[in-house]
Amino acid sequence: MKEITGIKEYIKPENLVYRKSSLLTDDIMHYCPGCGHSTTHRILAEIIEEEGIQQDTIGISPVGCSVFLYNYIDIDWQEAAHGRAPAIATAIKRLLPDKFVFTYQGDGDLAAIGTAETIHSCNRGENILIIFINNGIYGMTGGQMAPTTLPGMKSSTSPYGRDVATMGNPLKITDIVATLPGTFYVTRQSVHTPANVRRTKRVMRKAFQYQKLNRGTCFIEIVSNCPSGWKMTPVQANKWMEENMFPWYPLGDLKVPEEQQDQQPKTE
Amino acid sequence: MERELRLMKGNEAVAEAAIRAGVDGYFGYPITPQSEIIEYLMEADPAKTTGMVVVQAESEVAAINMVYGGAGCGKKVMTTSSSPGISLKQEGITYIAGAELPCVIVNVVRGGPGLGTIQPAQSDYFQAVKGGGHGDYHLIVLAPASVQEMADFVGLGFDLAFKYRNPVMILSDGAIGQMMEKVWLDPPRERSKEIPEWATTGKTADRKRNIITSLELDPFRQEVFNRKLVEKYDAIRENEVRFEEYLCEDAEYLLVAYGTSARVCQKAVQLAREQGIKAGLLRPITLFPFPTKRISELAGQLKMALAVEMSAGQMVEDVQLSINGKIPVHYYGRMGGMVPTPDEVVENLKERIIGG
Amino acid sequence: MTEEILIAGFGGQGVLSMGMIMAYSGMLQDMEVSWMPSYGPEMRGGTANVIVILSNERISSPIIRHFDTVIILNQQSLDKFEQAVKPGGVLIYDSNGISRHPERKDISVYRIDATEEAIKMNSPKTFNMIVLGGFLRIKPVLTMEDVVAGLKKSLPERYHKMIPENERSLKRGGEIIREINKV
Repeated sequence: MKEITGIKEYIKPENLVYRKSSLLTDDIMHYCPGCGHSTTHRILAEIIEEEGIQQDTIGISPVGCSVFLYNYIDIDWQEAAHGRAPAIATAIKRLLPDKFVFTYQGDGDLAAIGTAETIHSCNRGENILIIFINNGIYGMTGGQMAPTTLPGMKSSTSPYGRDVATMGNPLKITDIVATLPGTFYVTRQSVHTPANVRRTKRVMRKAFQYQKLNRGTCFIEIVSNCPSGWKMTPVQANKWMEENMFPWYPLGDLKVPEEQQDQQPKTE
Repeated sequence: MERELRLMKGNEAVAEAAIRAGVDGYFGYPITPQSEIIEYLMEADPAKTTGMVVVQAESEVAAINMVYGGAGCGKKVMTTSSSPGISLKQEGITYIAGAELPCVIVNVVRGGPGLGTIQPAQSDYFQAVKGGGHGDYHLIVLAPASVQEMADFVGLGFDLAFKYRNPVMILSDGAIGQMMEKVWLDPPRERSKEIPEWATTGKTADRKRNIITSLELDPFRQEVFNRKLVEKYDAIRENEVRFEEYLCEDAEYLLVAYGTSARVCQKAVQLAREQGIKAGLLRPITLFPFPTKRISELAGQLKMALAVEMSAGQMVEDVQLSINGKIPVHYYGRMGGMVPTPDEVVENLKERIIGG
Repeated sequence: MTEEILIAGFGGQGVLSMGMIMAYSGMLQDMEVSWMPSYGPEMRGGTANVIVILSNERISSPIIRHFDTVIILNQQSLDKFEQAVKPGGVLIYDSNGISRHPERKDISVYRIDATEEAIKMNSPKTFNMIVLGGFLRIKPVLTMEDVVAGLKKSLPERYHKMIPENERSLKRGGEIIREINKV
């Protein structure tokens, strides 16, 4: 085996090309290899750090794979009951209107059990940011069917594939909230390639900045993967996502602030 | 400023007392017989005066979770509902208890089960006192018997909620919610600017991040937490028992009743005494903690105790536990929105006396 | 002194507001008062009733089944509540639409044709004040001064211009109430 020597001489500030955000804690993330959550967490931590709003940000973590999000990013957190994050965020923002308040929710949390809270907080135009991770499956509980599971897609509760005749079609909740006057900015992104990561970070930063305008709810869907639940390797999962998820959930802005409609070409 | 005298419904008194107590946020959903509370608050529009936030939520579920969010920020927040709505809130209530958050929840009880009636009842006693939601927890439960207490218990409720970081329930009923009586209102208090050290208001450099949660996957640590809760409930049992006695000094027959039933029983005691029966009334003001010790003490001088409730017999179990077999304990009650009359109570007491 | 009163009639006859004015007036006289309405769907066009208790002592039960005075404004309520008058108590009723009149002999019965009078006075909205005026004539537990003050308290400001009309009706009620049976 070749010995690695002289590595110390490369560890110098001037050689720094990437560092972990100071807001990411040293806790080892529990996510499976290739999962989109860890990337999204990183982006989130970086934005809060770069915007200098750690002392002004309150996050609400969901029930789902990201339930322990509060262990990973060094800000104040509230852990919600399943689906209730937007209601909690509503109260926090109403009582502390100068703070940045966001929820981070999966598809089961946001689009099944929490549908009412999602729709109504968007309809009231709460000045919060909702980050919605859609991987078409209940990851934490072991790969059951989600409202966003694709037709024919197998899960532990649709072992013969999602039969739309009895199980319904995938719910495009992001399209629904985009129709509500209460939402200000609605977009669908992904984090599976460096380019998509950069784009998602850009739109998420914008969504945080929009919160200062008090113009309504910002809603970011991130179409993501679940290699474990989908029973694929990370590479296969990303490919499957591009081929199967994106046609159902096309990336791009669904609603942009009026004054920016001209200058902002669709991202996809 | 002096206290102000008004004629108000119990529901209106809760709303006005909330504004005056410096409550930061109210989150509710309409349901009979308590919709006057949110109507009153919306009309009073305290956002313009005290800065109090009032939100009509999309459901009772959302409302109680708004309370969770607001309480997690260290704010004085509350919700109100009636029985079917309180059932919906149970998820949020157990999370609030598990996250050790202070708040006040008012239940203006109506008869059940199910959609039931909209008339007054006391059939949510078990739900309020013994749990309601899942897991080992207790609410502090206050039982107002007048419009005055509807107002007073809002402030008291928040004091206790913050003292113990525990949800407080005001267990009222449709009769007290809907009836008007004289009420002395406290002068308005300013909203508190104090931020508890556990509140999520944004992590500053001088402290660790605050996390409001009730999740603990490690069973050893969860048990440690459960033990801590048990200690808290024991302290509440030790320090916060409240009750009122009416003609108990020489009583041989003790009526035990709370809320509207206690009002009925006060008159029943007068009627019984006119007929030569030495009756007395013990009115629990806190249902958790229950005045177990005092009832046990009184058992020494009593021949019998009669629990009077607008339910199928719920509080009577706590009276039995308090008396622990020393003397007979009976129950008399009406259900489904019916309120017992003083005459009925006296008749029942007499039958029990003859029956032994 | 304790006066336990039931007022019963149709929703829209001003049953609840009459009770409220009594309660306000009692409060102004330093009495203990309670006002306990029937509530719910009944309020909307069906029957409405309210229990008012005025007392110099702390009021125990706000819900009772027997009353010193029962004021009846329709047939349904008469059928339901004639038996609720305590023996020796008072029943006051408006004869409008009544086909079966009170029958009890162990109570004092008074008749007040308030509906008819309100129409004559061209003042249908103060119908309930005519009834209240009649009650006060029989049971002067509240002073006219306090009742007018109670009116001011319970009426929204925009209706205060109607207070003289209400006062006239109160007075008229005292004049037209008639004794049917006296015990």
